[in-house]
Amino acid sequence: MNALIVDYGMGNLGSLRRALERLGVVPEVSGKPDTLRAADRIVLPGVGSFKDGMANLHRAGMVEPLRKAVLEERVPLLGICLGLQLLADEGDEGGGAEGLGLIPGKVVRLQSAGGTERIPHVGWNEIHPSKSHALLTGIPKGSDFYFVHSYHLLPVHPDDIIATTPYCGSFVSAVARGPASGVQFHPEKSSRLGFALLRNFLGI
Amino acid sequence: MLKARIIPTLLWKDSGLVKGVAFDSWRRVGTLLPAIKVYNTREVDELILLDITATEERRAPDFATVEDISAECFVPLTVGGGIRSLDDIRQLLLAGADKICLNSAAYEHPNLVRDAAHLFGSQCIVASIDARKNSADGHECFSHCGRRPTGRTPATWAAELEHLGAGEILITSIECDGTLSGFDLDLIRQVTSRVSIPVIASGGCGTYEHMLLALREAGASAVAAASLFHFTEQTPKEAKAYLHRHGLPVRGSGAMP
Repeated sequence: MNALIVDYGMGNLGSLRRALERLGVVPEVSGKPDTLRAADRIVLPGVGSFKDGMANLHRAGMVEPLRKAVLEERVPLLGICLGLQLLADEGDEGGGAEGLGLIPGKVVRLQSAGGTERIPHVGWNEIHPSKSHALLTGIPKGSDFYFVHSYHLLPVHPDDIIATTPYCGSFVSAVARGPASGVQFHPEKSSRLGFALLRNFLGI
Repeated sequence: MLKARIIPTLLWKDSGLVKGVAFDSWRRVGTLLPAIKVYNTREVDELILLDITATEERRAPDFATVEDISAECFVPLTVGGGIRSLDDIRQLLLAGADKICLNSAAYEHPNLVRDAAHLFGSQCIVASIDARKNSADGHECFSHCGRRPTGRTPATWAAELEHLGAGEILITSIECDGTLSGFDLDLIRQVTSRVSIPVIASGGCGTYEHMLLALREAGASAVAAASLFHFTEQTPKEAKAYLHRHGLPVRGSGAMP
């Protein structure tokens, strides 16, 4: 299996690379468009702001090749954290920018419902599946995953939502539309269940 | 619900793990990598690793060691000590740190916090404040591992750090550190009431009840502890069971059978 971790200068890729290695896959870590051709799986990780993330993908010439790999070649892609957010049509963070447009929707800031809810949303929180999806196979309802973010995706189509998380009311923590999927939490830092999710992705 | 986090703090000096009392009298308590492996298999919520002499000795962070450690760490890892530039931060993140912790450098160059938050995102910038009580019945912030007074009060400095872009505050009471006698709840409350970002309480944790008080009474989102785990039989797992019994959400409780 050829797994590609897209390196576009947005944060820590080391733990993701090592998590995949633990699962028996030696991923390529690259920001070069031609590496997409050999990829059977694409992971788009990343932390940081939406606008900077898209600017970096554009600079690397990765935007159209990524869209093509998913929409035409049907290569399964998993966005993690900022990587999930970049799948949207547009994002507010950092002054607003267009996203990859793989999952119709918009990325907006979390709005604290008050009380003890602080932003960023940092720590372990539950995910509640909205529908059955291969990514979540074997992961019990209410399992905790590690989050660290201030923005979230509002998908246009409810059918694209595969899990939600109770914070700031409730926000969408996992999405999928065809071969494109994304999780707002960090499976590579979510210990045993995070590994289970990554294993599911490799098996899709 | 978002879970209360319990975070073992690993203090690191001369390539060994140490623990002191009130930022002094350091005792060796083991070696780094085995400790990380043990905590990782026990599924702790998160780990904080602080190189406590790097700043004083004007050393850069030990990137190679961080890389070795992060290879064994599949829970979030925060690394601090000796960070003075954006390049230090970039190298730590590349070495596998998930978050970095700024303390002394933030007083000298507040713009480092702002620039780092802008470049790497607030979510990976933890601002650490070490404070002790002063004679005027208030608290003062100290830099350089508790050695240098800064003239700042924790609440206003925390607010400034939040404004600069820090994503979390780690607040440590210097005089409570290592005493196992409980957190300085007043100090923690001063900070939690002033900022809207998550606050990690540190310094003095000696019992599970201390954790409960910091989380429930003082508004902390997480508790850090070192001596508790090094020198007593208490464990993160039991701590979570205790907090769960007292009505606090902890990791795993949502999916507990």
